[in-house]
Amino acid sequence: MGARFTTLLILAAIIAAIPWFFPTGFYFRVAALVWITALAAVGLQVLMGQAGQVSLGHAGFVGIGAYAMALGPKYLDLPVLACLPLGAALAGLIAWFVGRPILRLKGHYLAVATLGFGVLVTMVLVNETSITGGPDGIRIPRAELFGWRLRGGETWYWITGGALLLGVWIALNLQDSPSGRALAALHDSEVAARTVGIDVAAQKLRAFVIAAIYGAVAGGLLAAMNGFVTPDAAGFVASVEYVTMVVIGGLASVPGAVVGAALLVLLPQALTLFHDYEHAVLGLLIMLFMIFLRAGIVPGLAALLRRRAA
Amino acid sequence: MTAELLQFLVSGLTVGAVYALVALGFTLIYNASDVVNFAQGEFVMLGGMVTVFASAAGLALPLAALLAIAVAVLVGLALHRFAIEPARGASAVTLIIITIGASIFLRGVAQIVFDKRFHQLPAFTGAEPIMLLGAAILPQSFFVIGGAVAVFIALFVFLERTLLGKAVLATAANRLAARLVGVDTSFVLALSFGLSAAIGALAGILITPITLTSFDVGTLLALKGFAAAMLGGMGSPLGAVVGGLALGLLESFAAGTISSAYKDAVAFLVILAVLFARPAGLFGRRSVERV
Repeated sequence: MGARFTTLLILAAIIAAIPWFFPTGFYFRVAALVWITALAAVGLQVLMGQAGQVSLGHAGFVGIGAYAMALGPKYLDLPVLACLPLGAALAGLIAWFVGRPILRLKGHYLAVATLGFGVLVTMVLVNETSITGGPDGIRIPRAELFGWRLRGGETWYWITGGALLLGVWIALNLQDSPSGRALAALHDSEVAARTVGIDVAAQKLRAFVIAAIYGAVAGGLLAAMNGFVTPDAAGFVASVEYVTMVVIGGLASVPGAVVGAALLVLLPQALTLFHDYEHAVLGLLIMLFMIFLRAGIVPGLAALLRRRAA
Repeated sequence: MTAELLQFLVSGLTVGAVYALVALGFTLIYNASDVVNFAQGEFVMLGGMVTVFASAAGLALPLAALLAIAVAVLVGLALHRFAIEPARGASAVTLIIITIGASIFLRGVAQIVFDKRFHQLPAFTGAEPIMLLGAAILPQSFFVIGGAVAVFIALFVFLERTLLGKAVLATAANRLAARLVGVDTSFVLALSFGLSAAIGALAGILITPITLTSFDVGTLLALKGFAAAMLGGMGSPLGAVVGGLALGLLESFAAGTISSAYKDAVAFLVILAVLFARPAGLFGRRSVERV
């Protein structure tokens, strides 16, 4: 209870406080992007950190959620926001179907299978131009809530901040629930987990579906905020970035996923100061973080502080 | 019909040879260190780009190619010495993220040192296609396939017939046991990085006259090479070669007979199907988990 509550409180305080420090309205948009990306990363953390299963296709689910926001209103005449749960349900369902065969694979083989899934999603989005708009992307109608049009960075800042808080709360609860402990057990040793009566396949599948739903909600919010989405949202590079966020923040840590996401969204923004050196510096920083804080930023710093205190 | 099939076969083998070389690079490093090196594609990029710029600076093509391989080897050794070695003992996923960081870094540096444009090399012996049974074949294809075959044979001889090669195999089989019988495993590790960088660079040099190169060609090649290595079975050099060629042929035939837009999708569907039947790839060792 204690640690979970503290984490949520700190996150809530950060979300509530940082707008005081924004010099211009532009920062609301950047911060909202951080919250959305963090939400997707937290979902992947449930799968990677808690269940110990790799996914190189997480962005595929983000893409499904994002395109649901565009295609639902266009073809089914649904209000935009109604497509958010719809996209999430669709992603969860697809994850359930795809996950059942895929999750039998282990380690790098699972990685290449999920990679294949992500590639398939991207291919459909790029090639079915008449439906998805192709590589140029597709517009999303302005979202409305009870007749009130959701627009402007500030509005989206609070919506996405709230969504992230909710997402982190659920993920933390999941970690401490019986099912979370089952996941942790199978992360450590699948055989041992099976021996004590854990339905390993069902638990893995659950984590996969949960991760997909997180990704789709994040994708939906992203698309609605930007009013636009391109297949890049579902691409391989995006998937690799989500994995990097989870690992760099700390595989075993839910707040770590948020820190990792913040880092990977904000660094490129800050590094635009370096113009051409942006990628070189970003790559260098990723390497340095991983060499010096192997367990990830949040667990790594926590261990440092503990040593300092002792 | 035969002309068409031959056409698909040759273009599939050409691309497949490159995938196989990238997959071999993955395999060498993976066997020596358990690291899946996502910077493998950047070696291919370096091979192509350094050759392009060195020959533009007036160096003869063979010299430029040698220089490119030397640069890639240096980068590979530096990657091992300054990024992988300091993180020794870290978890596999941490090491993978380090190589992803390295790949972003190398791409970033390449875009500063070189530029962001596409570049081509002249074909080694003319660009006029050779007509064979009605199929038009680029002479460069023979260089790519021949070069890959030469690498396969050289690597086979090295691994099976030389003491050092056997040390590499021993390290792959069991690192601790290898060290106990006197194998200098950290040298083998450095060697693997250098060797796999050289192989990657060679692939880049051979394919650039056909497919062009730019600072960011590495990502896609790393993705394909990784998939090929998995299809063949991670850790098996033979698997890497077969997996690479199979992936190239699959793409080529899917593009020719089904849809060029969905060729990657077809390739991945086949990979998935293979993995469901054989979860450790075609030639992979079935892993036995110790409890």
